[in-house]
Amino acid sequence: MITVEDFHSDDPIAWCPGCGNFSILKALKAALVDIQQQPHELVIVSGIGQAPKTPHYLRCNCFNGLHGRTLPVATGIKLANHKLTVIAQGGDGDGYGEGGNHFLHAMRRNIDITYLVHNNQVYGLTKGQASPTSEHGFVTKTTPRGAHSPACNPLMLAVASDCSFVARGFAGEIDHLADLIKAGIRHEGFALIDILQPCVSFNRVNTFKWYSERVYKIDADSPYDAEDRLNAFQKAQEWGDKIPVGVIYRKQRPTLEKQFPAIADQPLAWQPTDPGTFTELLETFK
Amino acid sequence: MDISIRVGGEAGQGIQSISSIIAKTFVRHDFYVFINQDFASRIRGGHNFDQVRISKHPVNAASGNVDILISLDKETARHDIDCLTDNGFLLFDEDEIDFTSDDPNHLSIPFAQIASTVGKSKIMANSVAIGAALALIDFGLQPVLDCLQEQFQPKGSETVENNQKSATAGYDFVRQNLKAKPAFKMPSAKWVREKMLLTGSQAIALGAMASGLKLYSGYPMSPATAIMEFVASQADRYHIIVEQAEDEIAAINMVIGASFAGARAMTATSGGGFCLMVEALSLAGMTETPVVIIVAQRPGPSTGLPTRTEQGDLNFVLHAGHGDFPRAVLAPGHPEQALYLMSKAFNLADKYQIPVIVLSDQHFNDAYFTVDELDFRNIAIDRGYILTDQDLPSPHEYQRYAASESGISPRIFPGNTKAVVYADSDEHSPEGHITESAAVRNQMVRKRMQKFEGLRREIDPPEIYPAGEAEIVLLGWGSTHGVIKEAVDKLNQNGATAQMLHYSELFPFNHDHFSTKALRKSKIIAVENNYTGQFADFFSEKTGLSVDRRILKYDGRPFTSHEIVNQIKDLI
Repeated sequence: MITVEDFHSDDPIAWCPGCGNFSILKALKAALVDIQQQPHELVIVSGIGQAPKTPHYLRCNCFNGLHGRTLPVATGIKLANHKLTVIAQGGDGDGYGEGGNHFLHAMRRNIDITYLVHNNQVYGLTKGQASPTSEHGFVTKTTPRGAHSPACNPLMLAVASDCSFVARGFAGEIDHLADLIKAGIRHEGFALIDILQPCVSFNRVNTFKWYSERVYKIDADSPYDAEDRLNAFQKAQEWGDKIPVGVIYRKQRPTLEKQFPAIADQPLAWQPTDPGTFTELLETFK
Repeated sequence: MDISIRVGGEAGQGIQSISSIIAKTFVRHDFYVFINQDFASRIRGGHNFDQVRISKHPVNAASGNVDILISLDKETARHDIDCLTDNGFLLFDEDEIDFTSDDPNHLSIPFAQIASTVGKSKIMANSVAIGAALALIDFGLQPVLDCLQEQFQPKGSETVENNQKSATAGYDFVRQNLKAKPAFKMPSAKWVREKMLLTGSQAIALGAMASGLKLYSGYPMSPATAIMEFVASQADRYHIIVEQAEDEIAAINMVIGASFAGARAMTATSGGGFCLMVEALSLAGMTETPVVIIVAQRPGPSTGLPTRTEQGDLNFVLHAGHGDFPRAVLAPGHPEQALYLMSKAFNLADKYQIPVIVLSDQHFNDAYFTVDELDFRNIAIDRGYILTDQDLPSPHEYQRYAASESGISPRIFPGNTKAVVYADSDEHSPEGHITESAAVRNQMVRKRMQKFEGLRREIDPPEIYPAGEAEIVLLGWGSTHGVIKEAVDKLNQNGATAQMLHYSELFPFNHDHFSTKALRKSKIIAVENNYTGQFADFFSEKTGLSVDRRILKYDGRPFTSHEIVNQIKDLI
């Protein structure tokens, strides 16, 4: 029986008091306990930023790599050992800025990874510059006249890329977020969970209060068909007075790793090589 | 006898089909063949050639002289004619190209017309040309007919017959119209299927696969792409995953991920692609993740000459990456060495938990070498210091970056033990958690750099040929092995005492097997395909010896032994 204690880490947490990341960590642990995930069979891959520190605060296998390069590392891990549960974790700058190209291609590949993006619409670790999801006109030290470009919409990008699981969560709704993370891990394929995460130090616009007044659960009042792509496009565009959270789009399609005969029986990492078997290949060159 | 046949024309005209049949014909009869490929960066058109060199003795370099020139376009006839030896022959089809000549050694042969009438299709013109070329060599027609039979058998007996008839007609045409006897003699030989003809790229790929490569990720870039294509062609059979990445950054990060999870992994690229990988090179250094990177050089800077050769990235790969971390740099000179060095690259990467770079170049990657034997039984797989549950007293006691005298800490693979592993690109504690401690920082930097000492001792000595002392020492590295060896032989035949000093394991430099004494009396002459003599500088810095002369070439073409000898004539 896995309990929350099994995910305990002694590493002291280095986030600001009141940071939205605490709630996300709590939701993540709850989801992992709920699905009875063995810590040693879980790998959390992260980049650079405040969110990517998360795997240190859990007991799990962790690869904390470069800014923006989380998804390729996670892809390599999953291909080497597809029996592992692989979660990728990062912020909006890491995932939608520096790692934008990898984001598009990971969705296209449909590798079975759950990608948690702590989206606080600002750069936290570097102390408050505009991010790809900062709203048009958002004033920071690098954008004193306000951000010049409108915010990118990761959910629209994901639906357009036929990402097989697209969801949005909110750090202020821990149980709901835990359910989304569970569904994302259980989903066979690439699962994007964009998480609205208030930054108490550098984002004075999109605060807990600001989000709480706007966020609503997608299927709270009426049923919502997440398999309808046109619906999903419409839902992904909703922003402003009302912000939907929940599963926006899902689709069953083959994962990348299912397409390789090399790992039909067992993971690459468990397969030894006998150099002698290559002698027969030499006939090709004769 | 040592003859060279050049087939020149536009891309798409079938240069390779001609050169490969001629090459196979001789390899099948126990000859050594070397093909260098010279092509422009385009799919159709341009001026391109394959040059097939044939000898009873091993040949591993291009010749500057051409004995038989098969010209499929006027460009070849007009420009490459300067390479023809005095007794050389030019074969062309004046119906097809705008070129005429009244030199008796310039034979116009109606390739296309013969092909249409005898071979029933204009496509057979290549076989007419093959037959015509063979008619100039006193070797008989049967060997090439046998080779065509073998080559085209999968396409059916009619194709075989049409090709054979075309080759025969080409052969007969030359024999009837040639005023002199066949110009070149080759000792007759029996059909044997022993020798192998393979490219440097294929040797690198074979070496990697036999060393346990499990995941290859790369982004196509000349001249490295053929490595990826060969691995991909064998991937399902040997249980390898090949994934084409969205860019080189993704490629190397995937490789790092796969290696972290326990699979041997590599990528290959050229200088420009390696530029994009450098941030992750440093990541591999910091997280102590084994990776193997092939850098197949081409002339830079920037896009440079995409399909040509250079050894200009040595300084780059030696110094690439921010911060101090150990690495190894290897550079094969011939296919057997490539096989061995790929095995060594993976073993060093795993044992020292470092990035290992294998430097090749377009000339090495694309040239075809004749190889007598490749022995995979010599390949030993050493995965280094890896723990299992049996080695761990408790799953909570494992430290990824535990201190040790060698600097090598134990690895575990995620999921294979009850313990968990934390790897971090930030400076980290022995447990792998982020730290800002000055003391821990010092401990970790020293731990990583301590690995250099063991690594240095793994580096084997350079190849000295022939043994003993010499007045002239030709210093080289990587792909120039064949041509320098040939130049040394020529010099020694001409009364000089010359020697090759060839490095294939470049970095770290191992002082243990190096004595400057013998070399102090010699004239050291560096031979390099770059502008500055990058290895010469490195060698001087490490040995304190001065390099007396530098023979440098940076036009994108490989050296010939003639060019090297010419530049030191005054010393003989």
